[in-house]
Amino acid sequence: MSEQKLPLLKVKDLHVYYGAIHAIKGISLEVFEGEIVTLIGANGAGKSTTLNTIAGLLKPRQGSIVLDGVPVGGTSASKMIYKGLALCPEGRRVFQQMTVKENLEMGAYSRPNSEIEDSLADVFARFPRLKEREKQIAGTLSGGEQQMLAMGRALMSKPKLLMLDEPSMGLAPILVDQIFEIIQELHASGATILLVEQNAQMALSVADRAYVLETGAISISGTASSLLHDDKVRKAYLGN
Amino acid sequence: MIFLSNLVNGISLGSIYAIIALGYTMVYGIAKMLNFAHGDVIMVGAYIAFCALQYWNLPPVLALIVAMLVCTALGITIEGLAYRPLRQAASLAVLITAIGMSYLLQNLALLIWGPNPKSFPATTMMALPTFSLFGGKLNISGVTLVAILANIVIMLVLTTFISRTKVGKAMRCVSEDRGAAELMGINVNRTISTTFAIGSALAAVAGILLCSAYPTLMPTTGSMPGIKAFTAAVFGGIGSIPGAMIGGILLGVIEILGKAYISTELGDAIVFAVLIIVLLFRPTGLLGKPIREKV
Repeated sequence: MSEQKLPLLKVKDLHVYYGAIHAIKGISLEVFEGEIVTLIGANGAGKSTTLNTIAGLLKPRQGSIVLDGVPVGGTSASKMIYKGLALCPEGRRVFQQMTVKENLEMGAYSRPNSEIEDSLADVFARFPRLKEREKQIAGTLSGGEQQMLAMGRALMSKPKLLMLDEPSMGLAPILVDQIFEIIQELHASGATILLVEQNAQMALSVADRAYVLETGAISISGTASSLLHDDKVRKAYLGN
Repeated sequence: MIFLSNLVNGISLGSIYAIIALGYTMVYGIAKMLNFAHGDVIMVGAYIAFCALQYWNLPPVLALIVAMLVCTALGITIEGLAYRPLRQAASLAVLITAIGMSYLLQNLALLIWGPNPKSFPATTMMALPTFSLFGGKLNISGVTLVAILANIVIMLVLTTFISRTKVGKAMRCVSEDRGAAELMGINVNRTISTTFAIGSALAAVAGILLCSAYPTLMPTTGSMPGIKAFTAAVFGGIGSIPGAMIGGILLGVIEILGKAYISTELGDAIVFAVLIIVLLFRPTGLLGKPIREKV
């Protein structure tokens, strides 16, 4: 880790409320270029809330979010993608009634038309399955295929930072392996990823660094390998 | 032959309903709200065309364009002033606002144009001959044919627009999942505004067609066709563009045939009775998508 380099994403003292409920209580985290950073934690710890706030779907009450040197806190979700941030949301949320290709094209909505073909070729090369199903309606794809489509759609915008929210949720074990293989391939090709996962074992095995979230605050952070061997983490999240 | 004539008239009236129903169905599909002021936008469109022809002596084509432009601006204004601030509000609040907007438009029209019915210059608007077929047994007026043609053209253009263009695809995204659409970089407010603009421009077209066929213009002219077109949209499956077309045409045909063969007085009642029956058996309308639980 090069400490002198500026982080691509720097979140400082973030506070988020749902009405009167204080959901995120002062989270700070950093993601450096080329890293996979994972946020793990139990259900309701605030993992998705954190990602949704960084993506602009929720407004923070307090705190700063800086992406690539630009303060972006409070920017609306529809503008964040133009600043180089893509969120692949929890539950995939592909456009069910559109074809696979249309979904991918919508992923590149923020980019000039002339660049769409290029991105499309890249995504199809990474996900040959999507190429095979190009004209199929997204709602008829299997869960794993929909996850690939959601990830492909997020990649279509050529983001500086890709945020993945529970990519393995509800998938069969073999598909979980496949999704994590893809995440590793993305890492190898230089992508910067902020990953939220309930499957802590898998997440820690692909990540460089990790933060453990407990009821809206970070309880433990460090390199992924150190957390994999941390007794508290093993007990609480890895089940042994 | 009288039956054929009634049928053609029914399809023509239904085409007008279909054009109005598009406004309801698109706004419902994309903004998830029922814009009950839509019928009154028709009335405003007709009054603008009336003024353009009668007072400003504009040619019919310009009258149509001016009416469409004014209604487009009106639609965008209504959405921006009355509905946008309620985006996060309960749907009942939006519905009541829409009803209030409907009364506001009617009363503004009353204030501007007075309570007395105006005679819409239908022959100036559409100086078209009546077509005689089968040696004069079947007479079809020019307006009847124009309404049917206009409906077909509008449906084709709109369907292509929604399925092919970037703005059209953005509309489909917002319709399906507003949050995911935002993540793509789609400006949801602007998309909804565009939807109102298109629906309102079509309302102007419908208003002119309606008043060319039935040339009495009053501040309440838009309400009954508005409610019937809303019925047509629900009948066909609200949110569906082909549904609006099928629902509109069926409704027009049922209304005209009901009036001709069952009872003139009960014509409107028959229309709504059919709606109730359809909804009993198909709650989402003829082409409506069954409501699915999200996984």
